[in-house]
Amino acid sequence: MVQRIEIDHSRFKQIVRGAIRRDLKRHIANGAMIARQGAKSVSIPLPEIRLPRFTFGGEGRGGVGQGKGKPGDPIPGDPQQGEPGEAGEEAGEHALEVEVTLEELAKILGEELALPRIQPKGQRTLASEVSRYTGIRRVGPESLRHFKRTFRRALKREIAMGGFGGKGGVIVPIRDDKRYRAWKPRTLPQSNAVIVYMMDVSGSMGDEQKEIVRVEAFWLDTWLKSQYRHLETRYIVHDAEAKEVDQHTFFHLRESGGTKISSAYELCNQIIDRHYPPVDWNIYPFHFSDGDNWSGGDTARCLRLLKETVLPKVNVFCYGQVRSTYGSGQFKNDLDAAFPDDESVITSDIPDKDGIMASIRAFLGKGR
Amino acid sequence: MTLPPELAAEERRIREVAAGYGLDFFQTVFEMVDWKEMNTVAAYGGFPIRYPHWRFGMSYDQLSKGHAYGLHRIYELVINNDPCYAYLLKGNSLVDQKLVMSHVFGHCDFFKNNLWFAPTNRRMVDELASHATRVARHVERQGFSEVESFLDSCLVLENLIDIYALYAPKKARPKPQSAEEEEAPQRAPVRFGAKGYMDRFINPPEFLDEQQKKIDEEKQRPTRFPERPERDVLLFLLEHALLKPWQRDILGMVRDEAYYFAPQMLTKIMNEGWASFWHSRIMTRDILAPSEIVDYAERHAGAMVVQPGRVNPYKIGIELFRDIEERWDKGRFGKEYDECDDRERKRKWDTGLGLGRPKLFEVRRIHNDVTFIDAFLTPEFCDDHQLFTYDFNPKTGRKEISGRGFHQVKAKLLRSLANAGQPVIEVADANFLNRGELVLRHRHDGEDLNPGYAQETLRHLQRLWGRPVHVETVMEGRKRRFSFDGKENESSDL
Repeated sequence: MVQRIEIDHSRFKQIVRGAIRRDLKRHIANGAMIARQGAKSVSIPLPEIRLPRFTFGGEGRGGVGQGKGKPGDPIPGDPQQGEPGEAGEEAGEHALEVEVTLEELAKILGEELALPRIQPKGQRTLASEVSRYTGIRRVGPESLRHFKRTFRRALKREIAMGGFGGKGGVIVPIRDDKRYRAWKPRTLPQSNAVIVYMMDVSGSMGDEQKEIVRVEAFWLDTWLKSQYRHLETRYIVHDAEAKEVDQHTFFHLRESGGTKISSAYELCNQIIDRHYPPVDWNIYPFHFSDGDNWSGGDTARCLRLLKETVLPKVNVFCYGQVRSTYGSGQFKNDLDAAFPDDESVITSDIPDKDGIMASIRAFLGKGR
Repeated sequence: MTLPPELAAEERRIREVAAGYGLDFFQTVFEMVDWKEMNTVAAYGGFPIRYPHWRFGMSYDQLSKGHAYGLHRIYELVINNDPCYAYLLKGNSLVDQKLVMSHVFGHCDFFKNNLWFAPTNRRMVDELASHATRVARHVERQGFSEVESFLDSCLVLENLIDIYALYAPKKARPKPQSAEEEEAPQRAPVRFGAKGYMDRFINPPEFLDEQQKKIDEEKQRPTRFPERPERDVLLFLLEHALLKPWQRDILGMVRDEAYYFAPQMLTKIMNEGWASFWHSRIMTRDILAPSEIVDYAERHAGAMVVQPGRVNPYKIGIELFRDIEERWDKGRFGKEYDECDDRERKRKWDTGLGLGRPKLFEVRRIHNDVTFIDAFLTPEFCDDHQLFTYDFNPKTGRKEISGRGFHQVKAKLLRSLANAGQPVIEVADANFLNRGELVLRHRHDGEDLNPGYAQETLRHLQRLWGRPVHVETVMEGRKRRFSFDGKENESSDL
């Protein structure tokens, strides 16, 4: 028998999904969501889900508290602290924030865009580590301190030293008394995927273009993470030269050189060869640019590189062309002409933020 | 699942100790549940069965996530019913289970004996199960979304009840007047019977004239509907809104449940304080083994923890009860004590009166949070427990401590407890502008309503009433009316 609460619970989740879905375009275009990158879940404010009622207005309300302090002191732990400018604005509008795991979000995205599940490659699996608390040790962070054991050690010591006569008093543990929980790693098998993001950071890519890339990369990441338990990401930026960077740099860097796309593809190929043998890894290179390449000669080089080295190793190669005022947008045409029927090359045009959904659908809709 | 034998033995021991102290409870049934079952029961407000609604799913969702992230854990859950049902979490340590059981007996005693709980339905488990069945039947006939969205609207209005009506004699509803009665001879001022020569004194003519004038005036006045403001808005809607029978049934259930839970809102501090007072006494004096003291102390301290800027009902409650016990044991009350202004003498005051225990039981019998704080919060207590008031300072944009004065603290605390922390809202006029529009009035006593919520709430009220609805209140010192006519929200100054 299905438990009653499960019916209520799934109805609630259905309502949440409905609310997110209705506004998916806005949520997707919302760059703030990406601030949570790396977290397991995001909170989405869903004011339409709460049940309102006649109630007292929020901020102006005083109250009674307990603790130290003199008049004029701020209340410790008051979340409004430190942002005097905004405090009055949102009086009492504590919108219901729903914690949604990225997996759930990706699922909603998948349903809305009708994305197929990507078939895992699964020839071989690699191991990953999980930690479990199993024992006690003498060093560790305070957050893992074992209260009872520490207290017992301290008490024993005090008594042994004759400092504690059983009549009361304060037990203060010293360093030697402290005990901490200890953990052991365990390995779990997993299937693997790597995304290689490549971005053109030449002078023609402005902040707006980068923002679009950033948001799109986040959602690609989220979807692919829901498909694979372990996802690695590598970041390459290029103008006339390519280099590998970390995530933060990838999204913030601004260069202003010429553009040689082949440099990025070469580096991408090297990274794959060095770290990700295609037998074990699902490989997804994504390249974003405004479509302006330095010369026709370089474009030809790019096409050759793709055909001969990159494409045989990867699941799919995706090229997203962000529209910009300065770019010619020629590169996409060249790609389309060179691989007219090749399913492993997907190109898409992203005119603005609202085009992100369509672009994601183009990239992931094939389910490779 | 019933208790395993070692817990059953502890339960018997604790029950006997509790009864020995004079606690008097309904039969109390403990159930062992795993955390999933615990979250389920907690989402349903402690009951095994409720009508289907997503908000239970929502609290279940929050509870489960909180549990998964290790943010919180429910230790005790007990419901006011005869027998009382209480839940113990499987896998808790023995000392935790003993603590919970002691605490639960405190609650059960309170449910049974506190006067404010007297009108509650002690068969609420059955009642709620029957509500669930009835709602399920309506769902079958009317369709799921129809019933769900109507329930949403009822729940939005759930707090518009007259909490204290539970304790007033039932109002006799005037019978509908027949045509004959309406034609009845005009009312005349009452004349007392008197001998002729006394009549002038017993029924003075000036007084009779005045009465006559009042009656005439009353006749002139257009009849209002309702005649007097009605605090029980849900009752008014039940009786006068144009609802279908199934809608009336659901609204009635929501109202019954709101009244059932109301006394718990009225006695939060007392109820938790009382239960904590007794678990602390029973555990430390009778039940704990020496090896369990540390675990017990840690758990107890966890429940009593004071977060800055907030009042923990457990903490304030237990300390007030302890204070009362000490004061009545040592005779620290009455004229002589109050008039003594020698601090040192007061601190050592002890007449050996020994009335602490009986006083405690008297207090738990007759008080609710408001009267409890009013009668027993003392300046010394405020000092000892570092109570302060705080206010929002618009200049700095943060909440700041505003003072530690006894009267200030007491006034603020009482205000937050009055009407169980809910705004007082009544039906003022159900035939506004002679167009059948409904006007609610917020009895403003210094605190403004949240305007955004008020507007949204009106949308739900309008669904039930059918005609345009309004609420009159005061915003930032100015009288203001929020309205919803079925299409748009409006607000205007009065």
